[in-house]
Amino acid sequence: MVQWDTGYAMDVLPALLEGLRVTVLATLIAYAIALVLGLVWTLLRRAPNVVVRQTVRWITEFIRSTPLIPQLFFVYFVFPDWGLTLESLTAGIITLGVHYSTYTAEVYRAGIADIPKGQWEACTALNLPRSRVWLDVILPQAIRRVIPTLGNYLIATFKDTPMLLAISVHEVLFVAFDEGAKTLRYLEPLTVAGLIFVLVSVISSIIVRRLERRYATN
Amino acid sequence: MSEVLSNDQWLEGAWTTIQLTILGALLALVLALAFGLAGTSRLTWVRALNRVYVEFFRGTPALVLLYWFFYALPLVGFRFTPIVAAVLALGLNVGAYGAEVVRGAINAVPKAQYEAAIAMNFTPLQRMRFVLLPQGVALMLPPFGNLLIELMKATAIVSLIGLVDLTRVSKNLQSSLGETVTVFAVVLVFYFVIAQLLQLFVRYAERRVDRMLGRRGGHEPSLESVAAGAPGAGVSG
Repeated sequence: MVQWDTGYAMDVLPALLEGLRVTVLATLIAYAIALVLGLVWTLLRRAPNVVVRQTVRWITEFIRSTPLIPQLFFVYFVFPDWGLTLESLTAGIITLGVHYSTYTAEVYRAGIADIPKGQWEACTALNLPRSRVWLDVILPQAIRRVIPTLGNYLIATFKDTPMLLAISVHEVLFVAFDEGAKTLRYLEPLTVAGLIFVLVSVISSIIVRRLERRYATN
Repeated sequence: MSEVLSNDQWLEGAWTTIQLTILGALLALVLALAFGLAGTSRLTWVRALNRVYVEFFRGTPALVLLYWFFYALPLVGFRFTPIVAAVLALGLNVGAYGAEVVRGAINAVPKAQYEAAIAMNFTPLQRMRFVLLPQGVALMLPPFGNLLIELMKATAIVSLIGLVDLTRVSKNLQSSLGETVTVFAVVLVFYFVIAQLLQLFVRYAERRVDRMLGRRGGHEPSLESVAAGAPGAGVSG
C-alpha cells in the first residue's frame, strides 16, 4: 500500500509541464491542419465531378471510422517503406490533424446545409460569380454558425493527444508513465497528468460555452 | 498477403474489440441514463452530481483514465484485470458524453408535452416513463450512434496495456511477419467494416423508434446532431 506523496508529485511536475508543452504544440498544429483540410474535404464533396465527390466521401468516411492508434502505426511504420520517414512527433501531428479534418468536414458541411435556401437564390438572382457566392455569402455565414462546434473539436483534439504515446511522442502521459517507471510509483505522476487534462479541458469548455452564447444564431 | 489474412490471431483480436465495445457500451448506457436524468432534476444537488460526473470524466481522456486504473490504482490497493480496467475507463468516459445527450434530449422534448402530462395528473415517474423518455429516445439515437462508433474506435487504447485486440494483433503480426503495409492496411479495413456494421444497426434502431412514434424518418444530419455527437461536444439546452 502506497501513501500519496505530495513532495514526489511536485518533483515530477516540471517534467509533466514540459510534456504539456509538447501536447499543446501537437494539438494546435494538428487542429490548424484539421481546420484547413476539413474545409477542403467539404468543398471537394460539392465538386461537379461525381467521381471526385464519391472518392472524397469514402476516404473521409474511412478515416473517420477507424481508430487513431492503428492510423498512427500506419503513418509511422508504413510511410518509411514508401520513402517518407517521419519523426514520431511529426507523424503524430499529421495523423491527428488528418483524423480530425474528417470531423471538421462534417461540421462545415452541416453549417453550409444550415444556410437558408433564400441566400442561394439571392446569389443566383444577383448573378454573383461562384467565387463570390462562396467567399462573400455562404462561407462567412456558415463558419460563424459552426465556431462553437469547431471549438469543441479543439478540445477533442487535445484529449486525443495522449494516444501519440503509441509511437513514443513525449507528451504528458508518456512523460508521466516514464517518470513512474523510474521509481515504480505511478500514482502521483499519473494522477497529476489526469488533473492537468481535467483542468485544461474544463477551462476550455467554459470558453467554448462563452463562444456559443456569443455566436448563437437564434 | 495470404499469410497475413489467414492468421487466426485476427479473430481473437476482433473478438476482444467487439467484447470491449459491447461491455463498454452497456456501462456507458447505464451511466448516461442515470447521470443524464439526474441532470434534468429539479433538485440542485442532484444536478450538481451530474455536472461533476460529466465535467470530470469528459475532461479526462479515456487513455489517461485507463492508465490510471491500470497502473496507479493498484498501488493504493485496487487491482483490476486489464478487461475490467478497460471497460471502466471506456464506460465512464463515453457515459459522460452520453449523459449530456440524455439531458439535452429530455430538455428538448416540447414543454407542452410536459405540461400536458402534469395536467393529466401523471406522477413524475409516469411522466418520464410514458411521455418524456419515449420522445427523448428518438432524439438520443443519432448522437448515441455516433458515440457507439467513437467507443468502438476508443477500444484501440487497450492495446497499450497489453490486451490483445485488433490493434495489438496488427502490431504483433508486424513484428513476427514484417509485412508492415499489409498488416496495418488490413487492421484499418477490419475497423472500418465493424464501424459500418454498427452504423447499419443504428440506422435500423432509428427507423424502429421513428415508426414506434409514428414519425417519418428524415436523417440528414442537422448541425445540432453533428454537434451533439462530437466527442468534445456538449448538447446545448
